[in-house]
Amino acid sequence: MNFETVVGLEVHVELKTKTKIFCGCSTEFGAPPNSHTCPICLGHPGVLPVLNKQAVEYGMKAAMALNCEIAPITKFDRKNYFYPDSPKAYQISQFDKPIGEHGWIDIEVNGEKKRIGITRIHLEEDAGKLTHSEYGDYSLVDFNRVGTPLIEIVSEPDIRTPEEAYAYLEKLKAILQYTEVSDCKMEEGSLRCDANISLRPVGQEEFGTKTEIKNLNSFAHVRSGLAYEEVRQAEVLTDGGEIQQETRRWDDANKKTILMRVKEGSDDYRYFPDPDLVDFHIDEDWKERVRATIPELPDARKARYESELGLSSYDAEVITQSKAMAEFFETGLSYDAPAKQLANWLMGEVNAYLKTADKEIGDVPLTPEALAKMIGLIEKGTISSKIAKQVFKDLIEKGGDPEKIVKDKGLVQISDEGEIRTMIIGILDQNQPSIDDYKAGKEKAIGFLVGQVMKASRGKANPQLVNKILLEEIKTR
Amino acid sequence: MARITKDQVKHVAHLARLSVSEEEVEQFTEQLDAIIGFAEQLNELDTEGIEPTTHVLDVKNVLRDDVVKQSLKREDALKNAPEEQDGQVKVPSILE
Repeated sequence: MNFETVVGLEVHVELKTKTKIFCGCSTEFGAPPNSHTCPICLGHPGVLPVLNKQAVEYGMKAAMALNCEIAPITKFDRKNYFYPDSPKAYQISQFDKPIGEHGWIDIEVNGEKKRIGITRIHLEEDAGKLTHSEYGDYSLVDFNRVGTPLIEIVSEPDIRTPEEAYAYLEKLKAILQYTEVSDCKMEEGSLRCDANISLRPVGQEEFGTKTEIKNLNSFAHVRSGLAYEEVRQAEVLTDGGEIQQETRRWDDANKKTILMRVKEGSDDYRYFPDPDLVDFHIDEDWKERVRATIPELPDARKARYESELGLSSYDAEVITQSKAMAEFFETGLSYDAPAKQLANWLMGEVNAYLKTADKEIGDVPLTPEALAKMIGLIEKGTISSKIAKQVFKDLIEKGGDPEKIVKDKGLVQISDEGEIRTMIIGILDQNQPSIDDYKAGKEKAIGFLVGQVMKASRGKANPQLVNKILLEEIKTR
Repeated sequence: MARITKDQVKHVAHLARLSVSEEEVEQFTEQLDAIIGFAEQLNELDTEGIEPTTHVLDVKNVLRDDVVKQSLKREDALKNAPEEQDGQVKVPSILE
């Protein structure tokens, strides 16, 4: 039987406020355990939470950037459960009146565009952090994170493949980073994702029973976890078995999902309106003020790079994926770098370096100005593109001024025909067999001779001139 | 007419992590039934077209600015913890 996969994602994103959502404790990451708490976030009796205006506005901004409708009247509710990471024994969240609903984002997989719906976005507070002891006999609780503002973004079950899930997350992250409501650092837990997946026979309307996958620490894990679960569920169903509604965790070391717990019935959280927090009304005026702070988003920027700068769809996509990269690109343009060449360097050498070094563009000493200048040197013929790679290595590792590096290291390209001709004559005199080979029709011999000349010039000879003069000189022999 | 069953009382007690004896379940079922009966008087009112009330006060949009305030000292924050270790609250293991 053929199955269709149905995936829905729940993404939690920490907002970049300075303080918690209902109290003035700092949200700084990496502080000593339990150094950022107060009677409000510790849930002492009789305290009154007061909503952080910045958290609301970040929530609105994110919701609008994700094309949601903003609720004119919204409120907070208590979600009741017992767990040691929650000192109040309830989480303040939004139940029936989330701040945003009915949004969407567009993704592209293998050149095909698709719109993924966003059911809702709501504001809530984060829980504390649990560390389990090695032998599992106790756990330690750090309440610093309790009360950090979060938005939960729930997608519609529109996603059909692990690749679509990956593309959705990449796009979601890019949009949130552009709007600057969150760092979206998965390694620091400021972006977390749970995935729901079910299978149904192709053509069937009704959804199959779903499982939820947790412990997905990177977008790649989400993709792998879903791909594994897709196969596992298909095998169970093909064998005539039934999928249990359960929570599974991704075990990255063994590349599989493992059963965590079986869900019995629906959770009983007994939501009710939080009596300590009053409703809030969002009028058109407030919405417009927040909307005005949303910058040009990745899709718009991508379209502009394609239409105005003539970049390919793929190049424009990669460059606009992170705001930092797009800003680097635009600053480079302001230093007169040609768009296409600049894009090529960013997509090629720069990205390759960042990937190997596991760094972001903001973490390296290379500046847009330096890269633009270096490209200028290539354009003017001062250095060859081969030499440029050497200069680039210096720039990205140590920074500096490309003109100075070229001058100090004597890397200026030799474009003097006489000088190159002298070098070539010397090389040809020593390599009669290669000349014979070439004349006998072995085209490859020319490559060897070019290589010899480049080596003799320590890579500085202008390659076009070398080719041209070499052929001229061979003809005379 | 029973408005609440013994099983529901047990379920609610479990959700609140309360341990109750069989006698208490009997007793609470009766008492809660009476309380629900009392509250049911509200059903006599016609609430057609009235927005649900979440607060009795006509207050909205109480917000504060995003400004850091002094947190508790760690030793003060941990004073109510039954047990602590390395500046953290020590709790029985949570198995998942």
